[in-house]
Amino acid sequence: MAFSNDEVLAGLAELITDETGISADEVALEKSFTDDLDIDSISMMTIVVNAEEKFSVTIPDEEVKNLKTVGDAVTYITSNQA
Amino acid sequence: MSNPRIVVTGIGASSPLGGTAPESWEGLLAGRSGSRTLEHEWVEKYQIPVTFAAEAIVRPDTILERPVAKRLDPASQFAMVAAMEAWADAGSPDVDPERLGVDFATGIGGVWTLLDAWDTLREKGPRRVLPMTVPMLMPNAAAGNLSLHFEARAFARTVASACASSTESIVNAIEHLQDGLADVVIAGGTESAIHPITMASFSSMQALSRRNDDPATASRPTSVDRDGFVMGEGAGVLILETEEHAKARGAKIYAYAVGGGVTADSYHITANDPEGVGASRAVRAALEQADASPDDVAHINAHATSTPVGDPNEYTALRNVFGDRVDEIPVSATKASTGHLLGGTGALEAIFTIFALRERIAPPTINITEQDPAVPFRVSGQTQSLGGGDLLAISNSFGFGGHNAVVAFRSA
Repeated sequence: MAFSNDEVLAGLAELITDETGISADEVALEKSFTDDLDIDSISMMTIVVNAEEKFSVTIPDEEVKNLKTVGDAVTYITSNQA
Repeated sequence: MSNPRIVVTGIGASSPLGGTAPESWEGLLAGRSGSRTLEHEWVEKYQIPVTFAAEAIVRPDTILERPVAKRLDPASQFAMVAAMEAWADAGSPDVDPERLGVDFATGIGGVWTLLDAWDTLREKGPRRVLPMTVPMLMPNAAAGNLSLHFEARAFARTVASACASSTESIVNAIEHLQDGLADVVIAGGTESAIHPITMASFSSMQALSRRNDDPATASRPTSVDRDGFVMGEGAGVLILETEEHAKARGAKIYAYAVGGGVTADSYHITANDPEGVGASRAVRAALEQADASPDDVAHINAHATSTPVGDPNEYTALRNVFGDRVDEIPVSATKASTGHLLGGTGALEAIFTIFALRERIAPPTINITEQDPAVPFRVSGQTQSLGGGDLLAISNSFGFGGHNAVVAFRSA
């Protein structure tokens, strides 16, 4: 089943809140994971593992470093869903 | 004695009797049993021969915020809630991080995390194994996380000596403070290992009580019909500091931590020495450090796990030290109420010992059916008065591997 952009954003926000406590409304497309949301590398890795499960998508390790913002992640997930 | 005096200024616990130290103590005095039939589907699914245990009453993930709890194995979660309680109890002191240390203990550490990760790997493959798996399962996770949370930079040490673990940690904390390595130490231990593997393993070696039809009374140390210990879980934490540091900040003082003894049996990997040589050496060492003689001891919190062989061996060891007086000293075998918290048991029992000194009573030992003549400790189903004056008490812990640890406290 394919998720829409909005659904991916909402789902990703849920994963981020669960992992970090950051509130969902702070998770906006333009926010940088490291600079704005202050998410450390191991939390990022955890969010990736959970996102792969939630959205039935594979996010290769070498791709993760290119996902600088929430928007990058949403775009990647939406485009690569099974 | 030129060594600084060490005091207990904060106490916290999460146990099968209560979600805090006072609640656990209150449950102990009320004669409650923490042992209950387990309701997990895995008991039936894996046909575990023992269907009961003493689970902690308050799950720590109901207290900790989710992002915090997620990064902690249940063993570390218990450690964190107990440490938070103890720290607040101590008045949340303002301590230079390089003068604050952690001495913590566990028997097995993050066993739930390890085994859940194994299940994930087999069922879903390596990409689903969570990145935090190793930091959560490692035995030093509790110490490391407490150091992180409380900004303790003096040291964050972990002890693993099975059932002697957290008494040994407390003894280490006393020594570290006396050696000037820190002014304040967060000390204690934790265990959360009520899992099919550990239940099956202990059951295989016939260490656990099989009284499935009456779990509340299964833990019956000193009784002639005891048939093994009851698995427990939880954590106990003491805030220990130098008396000077405590008095300078006006801290309340529960008790003096006056001595400790740690020895090894080198007898058998699981059974303790029937002649009690190592254990009695540990008791004597604690008393010597306390500048006390066996005649000064007013109360003993016995290790007394309710195993057929362990209880009399402890009696023999204590008789070596105390002579005939061993039958007169008020003893409490509190595992009757709490079950055996393994890596956390020493800390919980230290807490009970400290409260015993403060209230001048030996807490009850429940579930005594008929006392075994080979274990004639002065235990009672009622509280026993410890009398007036300055009181000295010891708490014993002995672990698989031949570890003996004894800590001594004096009333404040």
